[in-house]
Amino acid sequence: MCLSIPSKVVKIAEDKASCTVDTMGVERDASLMMMEDDDVQIGDFVLLHIGFVMNKIDETSAQESLDTYKEILSLLDEEERAKVILEDDNCPTRGA
Amino acid sequence: MQLKNLYDNFRDSDTIKAYAQIIANDAKKLERPINIMEVCGGHTHTIMKFGLPQLMPQNINFIHGPGCPVCIMPKERIDHAYILAMQSDVILVTLGDMIKVPGSKGSLQDARSKGADVRFVYSPLDTLPIAKENPDKKIIFFAIGFETTTPMTAVLVEQVLKLKIPNIVFHINHVTVPEVMTELVASKDASSYNNKIDAFLGPSHVSVISGSKIYDKFPKEYKRPVVVTGFEPVDVMHGISMILKQFVEKRCELEIEYKRSVSYDGNIKAQALIEKYFQKVSLFRWRGIGDVADSGLRLRNTFQNIDAEVIYKDILPTTPINDFKLCICGDILRGMAKPHECTIFGTACKPTTPIGSCMVSSEGACAAYYKYGNLL
Ligand code: SF4
Repeated sequence: MCLSIPSKVVKIAEDKASCTVDTMGVERDASLMMMEDDDVQIGDFVLLHIGFVMNKIDETSAQESLDTYKEILSLLDEEERAKVILEDDNCPTRGA
Repeated sequence: MQLKNLYDNFRDSDTIKAYAQIIANDAKKLERPINIMEVCGGHTHTIMKFGLPQLMPQNINFIHGPGCPVCIMPKERIDHAYILAMQSDVILVTLGDMIKVPGSKGSLQDARSKGADVRFVYSPLDTLPIAKENPDKKIIFFAIGFETTTPMTAVLVEQVLKLKIPNIVFHINHVTVPEVMTELVASKDASSYNNKIDAFLGPSHVSVISGSKIYDKFPKEYKRPVVVTGFEPVDVMHGISMILKQFVEKRCELEIEYKRSVSYDGNIKAQALIEKYFQKVSLFRWRGIGDVADSGLRLRNTFQNIDAEVIYKDILPTTPINDFKLCICGDILRGMAKPHECTIFGTACKPTTPIGSCMVSSEGACAAYYKYGNLL
């Protein structure tokens, strides 16, 4: 019951008690009763739990994580390249 | 940012591999092997589904924790649901997770086949139309779950009171995470299983509601680092690497990996809703773990008129009922054993014929081992 996929808010009901979200292309309704008034806007990313919006996903933090991952991947790429060059340099059969 | 990025990039296999490399490098610097407990059943599933144990070096061990609300529900409380459902004027409403969990009398599915009116809903708010369509019936909402789910029950309570709905009452089985974590580490007995847990991966969604502040005491008082971690595989690998860094750098702290959704303070409105309608019960008996002080919630005394445990107290037994002898769910939930150590795992006990609750719940450790251990 704990897993949930990020959703995007596409519509907010007039009474602001609920909204429509897009979860990987599927639209569904979710209650906003767990959120402060006007906290959730159209276009926000949210997590749902048993029919409720339980929080807003912080895009800046998400982007920071993704940037960290990219950096790690490129660092490893570099390490990998350095390793290949080193292995090549030390190749015992070089010149054989 | 695209929705797709929030999903795909936290499951990216190259990033998972990169973290495996970082973890392997840091693990070489460890002075001793470490055991990391993932408290939450959602994490157990991610770990098994993405084969993360295979990516871990020898000296990193996952211990599966008690964070599956269905698995820890003692049989006598499941019997409550069964008994209430069998009342002729009652419709029992609960979340789908409860369908197959066997109590001593059978599961709610069995009750249904005997004529009981049991409805499984996606959201607690789905109870409202059921009550409206059945004015001559008593609707009992059987509430389960941790802090993640408690505020949603509170919203239903609020609606029932505000709209003066006369025919909905509540059977509350909400439990809280920090108290059971304390139970797992508080023992001073050196030979106890408690001493096996070196660090915690803090649950993601509980923390969205409660904030990371609820784990403050684990690094401070119990010297266990906690890293609150998201539920995607990249999150889990990142969380583990953060724990390792703490060990390598000889730190012991509370950190948040899942910053995009968890703050120190959490969802204040949801916390206020819990506080308004619920109070602690001094003891809640966790299946397999036993009595845990202050770990359960019930409706505040002011709301006794909608509390099914008060209204139906004459027909609800309170005697504890023990588990099937061969089932080692209790040890699994305390982090002392792994599912494949159970002698009937995958033979007499499978998802289609579950003996214990760790197999019946989709979040249970036995179900995860069965599903992702290529046994299906
Ligand atoms: S395999 Fe079944 S019987 Fe064994 S511990 Fe798991 S749930 Fe219990």
